[in-house]
Amino acid sequence: MAGTVTAHLDHKAAQRPQHINESGPMRIILIAIALLFLTLVVVLPLVTIFIEAFKKGVDVYVASITEPYALSALRLTLLTAVVAVPLNTLFGVAAAWAIAKFQFRGKNILITLIDLPFAISPVIAGLIFVLLFGAQGFLGPWLDQQGIQIIFALPGIVLATIFVTFPFVAREIIPLMQAQGTQEEEAAASLGARGWQIFWRITLPNIKWGLLYGIILCNARAMGEFGAVSVVSGHIRGQTNTLPLHVEILYNEYQFAASFAVASLLLLLAVLTLVAKAVIEWKSEK
Amino acid sequence: MKGSKPKAKAKSVLPGFGISMGFTIFYLCLIVIIPLSAVFIKTSGMTMVQFWETITNPRVLASYRISFLTAFAAALINVVFGLLVAWVLVRYNFPGKKLIDSLVDLPFALPTAVAGIALTAIYAPNGWIGSLLQPLGIKVAFTPLGITIALVFIGLPFVVRTVQPVLQDLEKDTEEAAVMLGAYRLRTFIKVILPELIPPLLTGFAMAFARGLGEFGSVVFISGNMPLKTEIAPLLIMTKLEQFDYMGATAIALVMLVIAFVMLLIINVLQWWSGRRAIAG
Repeated sequence: MAGTVTAHLDHKAAQRPQHINESGPMRIILIAIALLFLTLVVVLPLVTIFIEAFKKGVDVYVASITEPYALSALRLTLLTAVVAVPLNTLFGVAAAWAIAKFQFRGKNILITLIDLPFAISPVIAGLIFVLLFGAQGFLGPWLDQQGIQIIFALPGIVLATIFVTFPFVAREIIPLMQAQGTQEEEAAASLGARGWQIFWRITLPNIKWGLLYGIILCNARAMGEFGAVSVVSGHIRGQTNTLPLHVEILYNEYQFAASFAVASLLLLLAVLTLVAKAVIEWKSEK
Repeated sequence: MKGSKPKAKAKSVLPGFGISMGFTIFYLCLIVIIPLSAVFIKTSGMTMVQFWETITNPRVLASYRISFLTAFAAALINVVFGLLVAWVLVRYNFPGKKLIDSLVDLPFALPTAVAGIALTAIYAPNGWIGSLLQPLGIKVAFTPLGITIALVFIGLPFVVRTVQPVLQDLEKDTEEAAVMLGAYRLRTFIKVILPELIPPLLTGFAMAFARGLGEFGSVVFISGNMPLKTEIAPLLIMTKLEQFDYMGATAIALVMLVIAFVMLLIINVLQWWSGRRAIAG
């Protein structure tokens, strides 16, 4: 299950002769329905977050995002992404190299297995680590003896995040590297280039925009994951609370303005992700 | 798995197969395969009767039904409106088109919990739209309708982004021919364009449906979480875990996992089908 298909809007497809296009009024009606739908489903939530966040004034907003619990949640969210994203990037590049540059049996099964975390409920992603490392889990008693805590602590949060963001980078660059084939790399190899040289000089420049896009998507999900992290975190304020969990706690305490203020930080992350995507598309088109 | 390491068939001049494949398999086992197998090992500790009683408990059955129906309805709505959005974006020019195109990806980028509280604020009885619908006797938040709306938000990009490239690459010739032969627009659409779009529409539907079945963050706020009425299956797993009923949680999760495997298989077959059709066309 692909994360996203990086489809560029092609202007030629929109330039159609009159006889294979809808009539003018029909076009306007269809555009209006599409825009109304998008407004109700996508634009309104976006606007609501900002309005609710500033409902009680700028002071409350600033106080909500600078209070110690919010800051420690922000720190934990950043820390989680800093561990999870590079690991999944390394995996994505290794998997794409093996899958795109070589022929072997069982390739399709391997690709399907990489897709698996996309199809699994985030709650189950959290559950499996509780079953392994929780107090009642398979390794729980042993970990307890060693004094290592994974569940309701940072390692559990990081593991669950790695699981849910597992396919993002791989999924983005596998098709890209497959489409580019192996000729350039083979030419470099026959001229005596070594493995790393081939990768840095030939492969990486070819896939850099796709790779960057995969990393950005992976990061957005890593910072925003809620369900999986919610299962393993234990919701200890100031310790195991990430930003999305902090939003939930504030919301359930009826501190709506504060909750939406913290949510607006995550919305900012989403908007930055979309802007980065647009820039990458524009750069890679050139 | 580890024993039968796949070997490169044709001898390649490129280096790094061993190390990249080795790391891929190692990391996949460590993060995905071994942790997932915990669900199967845990449920093997239950007797058949225990397992059957857990997953056929009325509250569990109701949660499956709600998850299924809302995910199905949302995916269906997304097929209709996702096709419309993709159609308008690909075929027409209008001001702000680029911005609208970017907005379609928002559900991918926005954390689900944030989407959840925003949608609840809009569709709650005192919200912007909720208050308009209230006098009409339509309740959205804290009903299955609310869950469906959250899942429409989550699933939209899946349909738009699978249909968009296919729609973009459609040859104008076949449409031209249909028009020459005297077909009306609607007839051309149904007879010529729609058949080409069925594989990507089904793929998008399956992706949105699979995602909707497991979705948690955007739903828990708007659903109200009433057992038997608006409690989704992932939430019930969460509830059982909080009550330290690990067996119960795992049994429910196993059923969902099996459904997820089947969905993934269907999606792969569909993608293979649409890929073949794209080449054949």
